[in-house]
Amino acid sequence: MPTLSTLAQLFKSAAFYFAVLLIVLFSVFPFYYAILTSFKSGTDLFRVDYWPRSFSLANFVTVFTSGNFPRNLWNSIFVAVLTVVLSLFLAITAAYALGRVRFRGRGLLLLTILAVSMFPHIAVLSGLFELIRTLGLYNSPWALIFSYTIFTLPFTVWVLTTFMRELPLEIEEAAIVDGATPWVIITKVFMPLMWPALVTTGILAFIGAWNEFLFALTFTSSDETRTVPVAIALLTGSTEFETPWGAIMAASVIVTVPLVVLVLIFQRKIVSGLTAGGVKG
Amino acid sequence: MANIQLNNLRKSFGSFEVIKGIDLEIRKGEFMVFVGPSGCGKSTLLRLVAGLEDISAGELLFDGTLVNSFAPSRRGIAMVFQSYALYPHMTVFENMAFGLKLEKSSKEKIRERVTKAADMLQIGGYLERLPKQLSGGQRQRVAIGRAIVRDPKVFLFDEPLSNLDAALRVATRIEIAKLHAAMHNVTMIYVTHDQVEAMTLADRICVLKDGYVEQVGTPMELYDKPASKFVAGFIGSPKMNFMTGALSESFGAHTVGVRPEHLLITADKSIWQGKLVHIENLGSDTFLYLDIGAEEAVAVRLAGENRYRPGDTVHVAPMEDKIHRFDAADKPIF
Amino acid sequence: MTIRHPIGQGATIPRPGRSELMAQRVAAARLFLVPMLVVLAIVAGWPLLRSIYFSFTNASLNDLGNVEFVGFANYLSWRTLKSGRTIYTGLLVDAAWWNAVWNTIRFAAVSVSLEAVLGMLVALVLNAEFRGRGLVRAAILIPWAIPTIVSARRWAWMLNDQFGMINDLGMKLGLLSEKVAWTASPETAMVAVLIVDIWKTTPFMALLILAGLQMIPKDIYEAAEIDGVHPVRQFFRITLPLVRPALMVAIIFRLLDALRIFDLIFVLTPNSEATRTMSVLARENLFDFDKFAYGSAQSTLLFLIIAALTTLYIWLGKVNFEGNSR
Repeated sequence: MPTLSTLAQLFKSAAFYFAVLLIVLFSVFPFYYAILTSFKSGTDLFRVDYWPRSFSLANFVTVFTSGNFPRNLWNSIFVAVLTVVLSLFLAITAAYALGRVRFRGRGLLLLTILAVSMFPHIAVLSGLFELIRTLGLYNSPWALIFSYTIFTLPFTVWVLTTFMRELPLEIEEAAIVDGATPWVIITKVFMPLMWPALVTTGILAFIGAWNEFLFALTFTSSDETRTVPVAIALLTGSTEFETPWGAIMAASVIVTVPLVVLVLIFQRKIVSGLTAGGVKG
Repeated sequence: MANIQLNNLRKSFGSFEVIKGIDLEIRKGEFMVFVGPSGCGKSTLLRLVAGLEDISAGELLFDGTLVNSFAPSRRGIAMVFQSYALYPHMTVFENMAFGLKLEKSSKEKIRERVTKAADMLQIGGYLERLPKQLSGGQRQRVAIGRAIVRDPKVFLFDEPLSNLDAALRVATRIEIAKLHAAMHNVTMIYVTHDQVEAMTLADRICVLKDGYVEQVGTPMELYDKPASKFVAGFIGSPKMNFMTGALSESFGAHTVGVRPEHLLITADKSIWQGKLVHIENLGSDTFLYLDIGAEEAVAVRLAGENRYRPGDTVHVAPMEDKIHRFDAADKPIF
Repeated sequence: MTIRHPIGQGATIPRPGRSELMAQRVAAARLFLVPMLVVLAIVAGWPLLRSIYFSFTNASLNDLGNVEFVGFANYLSWRTLKSGRTIYTGLLVDAAWWNAVWNTIRFAAVSVSLEAVLGMLVALVLNAEFRGRGLVRAAILIPWAIPTIVSARRWAWMLNDQFGMINDLGMKLGLLSEKVAWTASPETAMVAVLIVDIWKTTPFMALLILAGLQMIPKDIYEAAEIDGVHPVRQFFRITLPLVRPALMVAIIFRLLDALRIFDLIFVLTPNSEATRTMSVLARENLFDFDKFAYGSAQSTLLFLIIAALTTLYIWLGKVNFEGNSR
C-alpha cells in the first residue's frame, strides 16, 4: 500500500510534468497548426482539424510561383547578413574599449548606447525617412541595412562588451608584458577566445534584423525589394474577403522552419547571449 | 642584469594610499623576495616595477635610467603570473614565441630561444600541446619558459606557487632555485605570502606591512636580528613566542620573544613553567603548547618523540643568547 | 634595518602622470570608439533630432523641402473666436491621441505583469532538473524566434471567427456559447493582442528570470528544507528577494518594449480603435493621413515618455554601468 507521502510525491511530479506538457504544447502548437494548415487546400482549409487529414503541396506552389516570395527571402537574407557583419565589425573594437580600458566618461557612454537601443523606432522614422530619401537609398536593401544599425549596433556592442569584461585580466597583462598593442591584443589574443560570443551575438542580431517590420514596411515600396515580414503581412487575396490563409501559412512555414532549426541547434548559445545582454547589464 | 632602485615610491588608488613611500635598492643579479601579510602591498609593488600600474609619486630606476613612464615591454622585464596566464588557444611553442614574434624576430632565432628554454625546464616534449592538455606544474613551467625566452633583465614572479598543491610547490620551488643559479646575472623579484618560500629562495628578503618596508636583509639577518616585533613574529614557523607583563619584567623589556626552537625544557623549577595544554606530534618534531600565563600558549619544540601528556607541568628556560627584547613601541632593544 | 638612499644620480624631479601604457590604451580606446559613435550619430542621433524638429513645423510628406517653423502648434494651440469662445487644437487635446496613450498604457501594464508572473512560473519549472529540460528550453524559444508578423498572422488564423480553431475548441469544450470575433470586435481585440504578445514574450522573460534563479546557490534551499520551511514560504522569502535584480531588469526591458509596440497590432488588429497604440497612431498620421508634422509630434511625445521612464529607472535603481574594476 503506497504511503500518503509517496502518493503526494507522485501527485506532485504528475502535476509538474503536466505543467511542462502545457508549456511545451502552448509554445509549439501555433507552429504545428501552421504546418498543418499549409498542407491543406481548397475547402479543407475551412474545416478545423487538429491532426493531419489531407496532404497537398498546392499552397507551397502558390507561394513560390505567384508574387515575389523567393526574391523576398533573398532580400531578407541579404539585409540581415550584411547588417550583422557590419555591426559586429564596428562592435568588436568598441567592446574592447568599453569593456577593458578605463577612461573618463565610460559609464556615461555605455548608458547612452543602451539608451539608443531603447528609442522607439517610430520616433526616428520621420527623420530617417528624409535622410534615406536624400541619400537616394529609398526602396533598396541599403535603406534597411542603413536603418537597422540603429538597433543591431547598440545590441552587439552591449553584449560583446559584457563578454569582453569576462576575459581574464592576467592574459591581457601577459600580452602587454610581451609587448602587444591593443590592436594585437584584440586580434591575436581575444578574438580567438571570443568565437562563441561572436557566433551568439551574430545569431541574435540576425534574428532581430530578420524580424524587423516597421522600417521594412516604410522604406520599401515595391514587391521586389520587400523583405519577408512585409511580404507575409501584405499577402492578400484578390478580394477583401478571400484571405489566402493556406498560402500565408505555407509562407510562414517556409520562413520559420530554418529559424526553428537554427534555434534548436544554437539553443545554448542563444540563451547565454540573451541573458548576458539582460541580466549582467 | 639590472640594478633596480626605488626612491620614495608611492601608489594610491583614488584616495587610498597602498604604497606609502618605499626606498629600496635591488642589486644586480640578486633574488629579492617581497613578503608580507595580505594587503601589505607586495603585489602592487611588483606591478609598479613591471609597469602594469602607474606610479603615483617617487622614482623607479633601472640601472640609473628613470623608467616611471616606460611601458612594460620597454623595461626589459618578464613576468610569471599566479594563474600562469597562458594563451589558451596557442600551443606551448606559440605561447613562448609570442613576445619574440611581436618583436619581429627571425624564425631561427625564435626556434633557437624557445628550444633552449624548453630544454632548461624539461618541457621540450610538450611544445605542440595546448595549455589545457597540461598539468598545473607543467603549465607553470611553460609560463616560466615564456619569460625566459624574452631574455629579460629583470624576472618578476607574482606568487607563482600559490595555485599548486603542496608537494608540487616544493618541487617547483627547487626548480626556481636552480633557475636562479643557472641565470645568475638576471635580477629576480619574487612575491609571496609564504615565509618558507622567502627563506629558502631569497638572497635578500623585503618584509612589507601596510605599504611600508619593515625590514630588508638576508634570511638569516631577519631570523637572528629582526628589526621589529612584526618581523620577528612573521619569520619562522611556528611563530616566535611573545611574553609581556610580569613574565618580561625580569628581562628589562616591555615584550620578550623566544622562538620555540630556542626554549629548553628543564628538569626542575625554572624561569617559566606551565601546564601542557596541547601536543602536536609531527613525526620529526613535537611541539608542546604551555600555558605559562602569557597571552597565548607558548610553543616549545622537541626533537622526535616524547612522553608528555596534557596536564603535565613543564618547566622551560630560554637559551642565553636567543632572547629578543622589544620596547613598548615594538622596536628591538639590543 | 631599512635602507635610505638620496635621490638617484641624474634623475629629475619625479612627475606623477600617465605612463606610456595608460596613454597608449586610452588613445586606442578613443580610436576604436569613433567609428561606432559616428555611425550611431548618423543613424540614430540625426534622425531623432530631425523628427523632433519636424514636430515643430508644418512638414508634409510630399514637400519635405519646404517646411516652416510653427512652434508648438502641433502640440497645443488656441484660437479665440469673435464670440469669445476659445478653441483648443493640437495633440494634447486630441481624443484620438489620449485614446492611444490609454491603450498603450493598458497594454503595457497588463502584458508586462502577466508575462512576469507566467515567466516566473516557467522559469521555476525550468530551474528544476528533469529529463528533457533542454528540449523544453528549446521549445519555448520558438515563440520568441518566430517573426512577430508571422506569429500575428498565425494567431489571426487561429483566432479567425469563422474557421479559427480557438472558437472551435472553445465551443467543443463548452467554454464559448457562440463564435467570437476576436480581432474584429472592440471588446476582445485587446485580449487577442495580449494573448499573442504573452505567447511570444513570456519565453524571453522566463529565460532572463531563469538566469537570475540559477545564480541562487542551492545550499540556501537545502538549509531551508532542513529547517522545515514550507516550499511556498521558501519562494516568497528566499527566491523572490534574491531573484529581484534579474526580475527588475527583465521587467524594465519589457516595459520599455511594450510601450513602443507596433508590429503586432498593425497586423493582427489594424484599424481597431481599441488597440491603436501611440506608435500605430503616429505611423498612420505620418504616412496614411498626410499629417507628417502631427505624426512627428506624436512620435516625439512617445520618445519623451520612454526617455523619462528610462531616466527614472536608472536614477531609482542606481544601476552601475561603470564596469567591474577594469
